[in-house]
Amino acid sequence: MAIERADVERAARLARLELGEEETALFTKQLARIVEYVGKLSELDVAGVEPMAHASEEALLREDVPRDGLARKDALAGAPSATDGFFRVPPVIDPGH
Amino acid sequence: MDLWGLGARALRERIVGRECSAREAAGAALARIRAVDPDVRAFLEVTEDAALARADESDRRIAGGEPPRALEGVPVAIKDNMCLVGARCTCASKMLAGWRPPYDATAVAKILAAGAVPVGKTNMDEFAMGSSTENSAFGPTRNPWDLARAPGGSSGGSAAAVAAGEAPLALGSDTGGSIRQPASFCGVVGFKPTYGRVSRYGLVAFASSLDQIGPIARDVADAAMLASAIFGHDEMDSTSSTRQPVDLLRVVDTAEAKGLRAGVPREYFGEGLAPGVEKAVREAIATLEGAGASIVEVSLPHTEYAVATYYVIATAEASSNLARYDGVHYGHRTSRAEGLVPLYSRSREEGFGAEVKRRVMLGTYALSAGYYDAYYMRALRVRALLRRDFEEAFGKVDVIVCPTSPTVAFRIGERVDDPLAMYLSDVYTISANLAALPAVSVPCGAGEDGLPVGLQIIAPAFEEERLFRAARAYEAAAGGPATRPPVWTAGGAVGGGPSGR
Repeated sequence: MAIERADVERAARLARLELGEEETALFTKQLARIVEYVGKLSELDVAGVEPMAHASEEALLREDVPRDGLARKDALAGAPSATDGFFRVPPVIDPGH
Repeated sequence: MDLWGLGARALRERIVGRECSAREAAGAALARIRAVDPDVRAFLEVTEDAALARADESDRRIAGGEPPRALEGVPVAIKDNMCLVGARCTCASKMLAGWRPPYDATAVAKILAAGAVPVGKTNMDEFAMGSSTENSAFGPTRNPWDLARAPGGSSGGSAAAVAAGEAPLALGSDTGGSIRQPASFCGVVGFKPTYGRVSRYGLVAFASSLDQIGPIARDVADAAMLASAIFGHDEMDSTSSTRQPVDLLRVVDTAEAKGLRAGVPREYFGEGLAPGVEKAVREAIATLEGAGASIVEVSLPHTEYAVATYYVIATAEASSNLARYDGVHYGHRTSRAEGLVPLYSRSREEGFGAEVKRRVMLGTYALSAGYYDAYYMRALRVRALLRRDFEEAFGKVDVIVCPTSPTVAFRIGERVDDPLAMYLSDVYTISANLAALPAVSVPCGAGEDGLPVGLQIIAPAFEEERLFRAARAYEAAAGGPATRPPVWTAGGAVGGGPSGR
């Protein structure tokens, strides 16, 4: 599967990256080479092989016990913008409607 | 010898025996950093105040007769993707340029509790994505053996700091070779523990099924000392193992090669391996044999698929992990956005460097509708095959021995325009991450241009004691720790050399 400009634009949209024109062109070229290389995985017969998503040998779940988390002021300390104990973002809903 | 030149174990013995104070040791490390780091550029931040405060605490404890701790008074450099309260944690990214973490990483908390003295945060490839430290938003680190060359990566700052005598120990992180390859390039020891040995709480996540924290040191015993201090279960990281931690320092003193069965994988000696590297590694294997090990050829037949497997899985996980950088909770926010989605997209566009974007894009693509089965699921199945290769090999041998990297340190700038060529240079290290195995790189002489070569030793999961016995047995048979880079003997600033280029 060859990668094209439209694939790069779609991935950028999904990844929330606003790429410039030059970057889109460069990434199309570079990602095409990488994806072509990665395509060698299709040479292998993997029928019946269980996928290995991770290597943990133990159960990854624990009891859901309440405990203290980060204090609110510490959690907000790195925020680019915060007001009244909340993270601040631009309006999500247009107030004119 | 100046205090900065001592290994961790020797330095701790002096401090504990009151032959020198921890403050003197910290002062020596800080002075060494001031002298050589303008050339090497291993550090993004030097934590002088924290270092001196911790050193004074060590001295007070010793004066008060308290039992000495495992790393009492020993300076340690910390890769800048691990949280240390009071210092910035940038991941060498504009995204986190001024960020100060609200808590210590567990590995950091453990070394501090063991008496370590944190001297600073070290440079790296942005978000640990790279093999040269050139992807740092704050400029590359330079290899102490030749300042025109890369120190490797992504833990290049940590490896360079240890090689240049700026700290006897450093913490790095290894997702596809990011501890072992820079250790190999800089002529020091670098160890990636078994997946699950060390908590990643407070390590900025890159690829969560692969990331491990580990030590970089000047010899095998010092690496054992730092590793043993960070092992153990942590309820803050559910992937950390509840197995009993091991004391590797006890193992290294009794190490011998006699009876060791070392497997040499034929797939690791093929095309792309530099002749000088091959020669040094084959000599190292002969040295092991001379010391009593038996050498057996083994096969890891899926090796040629490891790089492709890795770059699907690691980028898929990265695209998910890096979704948290949204310009809202912490990190960079664009100053020119109207509306929430443009705020996300522009903050990410401005905050991330090219390699991070490339990997986030590749991972997003591999996980997206229509490609998920063809790339991601397929890569997970090939990963299982790679692991099976090792299981079969370990049915015949105790450890596997091979090169760490196909080449010696390359020149800064030489590979930056060819991402695929850079990825291919990880060919010998990534399988240990995919198969979740412990692996160490030990210096084994010189290759092309007299630059250091690393012998990689890989053991079955949780067989760190076996791994360190083999590593120390090789080191002892080879005549002790490696030679030092030219910068080592430079009294003050790095004299002559290529620094003026």
